[in-house]
Amino acid sequence: MARNLAAFLVLFLALSICEAAKIFEPISDLHRSAALELLTPVDGLDASLEETYEALRVFDILAIEKKPEGSTTTCQKVLDNLESSSPPKDLFYALKVNSLLKCWVNEEVFETIASRLKATINDASTLLDIYYSIGSLVLIKDQASNVDVLLADADGTFHSIKVLSQGDGRWRYSSNNPDSSTYAAGLALEALAGVVSLAASEVDQSRINTVKNDILKLFDSIEKYDDGSFYFGEKIVSTSEHQSSLSTTASVVRGLTKFAAVFSGKLNLPGDKILGLAKFFLGIGIPGDAKDFFNQVESLAFLESNRVSIPLILSLPATVYSLTQKDQLKVRVNTVLGSAAPPLTVKLVRAFSTDAKDLAITESKELQYEPKNGLHVLDLFSKNMDVGNYVFVFEMVLKDSDSSSDFTTGGQIHVPIYITGVIKVGNAEIAVLDSDLGSIETQKALDFAGNGIVSLSANHLQKLRLSFQLTTPYGRAFKPQQAFLKLRHETKVEHVFVVESTGDKFEIILDFLGLVEKLFYLTGRYDIELTVGDSVMENSFLRPLGHVELDLPVAPEKASRPPPPPVCPYSRYGPKPEITHVFRAHEKRPPQNLSLTFLSLTLLPFIGFLVGLLRIGVNLKNFPSATVPATYASLFHIGIAAVLLLYVLFWLKLDLFTTLKTLGFLGAILLFFGHRILAHLASTSAKLKSA
Amino acid sequence: MARSTSKDAQDLFRALWSAYSATPTNLKIIDLYVMFAVFTALIQVVYMALVGSFPFNSFLSGVLSCVGTAVLAVCLRIQVNKENKEFKDLAPERAFADFVLCNLVLHLVIMNFLG
Repeated sequence: MARNLAAFLVLFLALSICEAAKIFEPISDLHRSAALELLTPVDGLDASLEETYEALRVFDILAIEKKPEGSTTTCQKVLDNLESSSPPKDLFYALKVNSLLKCWVNEEVFETIASRLKATINDASTLLDIYYSIGSLVLIKDQASNVDVLLADADGTFHSIKVLSQGDGRWRYSSNNPDSSTYAAGLALEALAGVVSLAASEVDQSRINTVKNDILKLFDSIEKYDDGSFYFGEKIVSTSEHQSSLSTTASVVRGLTKFAAVFSGKLNLPGDKILGLAKFFLGIGIPGDAKDFFNQVESLAFLESNRVSIPLILSLPATVYSLTQKDQLKVRVNTVLGSAAPPLTVKLVRAFSTDAKDLAITESKELQYEPKNGLHVLDLFSKNMDVGNYVFVFEMVLKDSDSSSDFTTGGQIHVPIYITGVIKVGNAEIAVLDSDLGSIETQKALDFAGNGIVSLSANHLQKLRLSFQLTTPYGRAFKPQQAFLKLRHETKVEHVFVVESTGDKFEIILDFLGLVEKLFYLTGRYDIELTVGDSVMENSFLRPLGHVELDLPVAPEKASRPPPPPVCPYSRYGPKPEITHVFRAHEKRPPQNLSLTFLSLTLLPFIGFLVGLLRIGVNLKNFPSATVPATYASLFHIGIAAVLLLYVLFWLKLDLFTTLKTLGFLGAILLFFGHRILAHLASTSAKLKSA
Repeated sequence: MARSTSKDAQDLFRALWSAYSATPTNLKIIDLYVMFAVFTALIQVVYMALVGSFPFNSFLSGVLSCVGTAVLAVCLRIQVNKENKEFKDLAPERAFADFVLCNLVLHLVIMNFLG
């Protein structure tokens, strides 16, 4: 049983994976709100000009009306960068920010920069230096029309970039760096586009044609995902300037579209690859990283207005349709940034069920365009379109045939569609049969609409039969993904049986004689539960049918025992019962007054001792009067007092080691002085005796 | 008869007291000290009998401190007594030094045990 279920599940998953043809959604308001959240902190002073530019550019593309609060400080930063002699990269981003913020910059500043950049271009050996310098000059040209930015030796500059190109269409960063990079190819194409637009005299057409060939070769190395998206990967992994495939692809798209914009001819690139690039950028959803977000949005903006071919994206507001609601099939066609597509018609070329791929369900139909909401709609539902999983094949045809070469639609687009409906359960009955004769002992009809509960009784010589029919809204037999019958004994032992279909009827016969072993000879009441479920069945159900009193023979000696009830996973991983610590009860203490009384009582013998001393007439006359012995005597007594004090401290807070160390020191002093004073006393008494 | 018995007892005690009065003062001091220690120990025992022996180590250390110092004092008295011929050669100062040292060691142990 379990194996059946597992195989079923694997099959289902495999099916669902095969069917996962991805639908790409154009940029929507979700992107706008994500941009506001992700890119807002760039107003801060610590953001670099590059980050500021990226945020501003994204806001510009997505038409978000948001004036950065720190625009005056950003402008100040831009001016600082322009007026000081910053490296070309800083200049480049400062000019880019300025192109969006339009800060007030003196033309003389532009002129100084332009002449400096021109000198840099002549001396530059690395691609990045040329790229930033050319880019900056192009930006100056747009921002200050009076400044002379034209390159006198455009052919030479063109050549100095072109020498870095490789046979496969990729570029090197510099002449002494052997690694060729796709990312660099994007930069180089953008720089070449800049050179062409800055050229004082026309650049030689043959040079442009060689670059076109480079682009075509570059597109030979394009990589592909299964969902039809194309991207450029970066081969270099060891160097520090490694780029992700997102930024590499973004760089190529930027270079390609800019280069395609500067010359008059047409670049013959296959439209499906351009569409595939758009799919790649759309397929990453909403990136969580500001840099990725910028790359995605900027590349899509370039693709939206490129001169090669503009990708059009077909998307569906919903892919699940309900037969009960008779929805219309709705299709939307947009550009990648979500703006309206040119006039076109959408055709449903064919539709087929995933179970029978060869069998087309509908003939070719044209969807009606509704201008008020920009949707192409079709009244879809016919007799053929029953519940199930389908694949619809769409095709877009542009009305204006002249512009059809400017757009790419990607040919036939396969979209998985799910049609759901209410499945009717009929002819449901449950019966107890006599085994030998097959005659019906009890038979009860089941009503799945109501809450009827049946109660049956049977012994081990009888059979239980359950049968029902499932029909779709159009009257066809329906075979659900799941149809299970469950018997549950009073002791929570469960048995699950698969209800098989024979023709258009579902039937299961439980022969209790053959099942006694499996039922562990457990006599008693069994609850019956029926599960019928499918992803396209709107009324999938799991409902109790009633119960059957089973009278089974007594278990023989060696019959297997029922399994222990499964441990509830919640109890296994849930919180353990709280541990309550049992502390030893406090000993009973005497009343405080009693203890204080005895404390004073213990003082009584001491007072008695002192009184006794006075009565005897003790005095200190024997205390040495000479200075040295008196000092010794005092120090001896002080020493004893110190040792006793040390003992008190030991009792109160010190540990044994500290105490013993101190005791050793005090003991040595005490020994010395004790010896001196006692020796003095002994000699005195000896003198007295001898006298 | 009874009167004469009590009178005899009084006479006996008086004789004992007069005989004791001849004892040297330093021995008297030691005797007094022994009495003081013994009575202190007795009071602690009575206290324990009244309230129970819960901090038993405290009780033990308290009583043993008294008994121990009393025993040491008795030893000192034996050594210092001039009548005692056995310790004739031993200087009383030496005996006192022993007494002080033993007391210090005893009380170190007692403090450790007091808890």
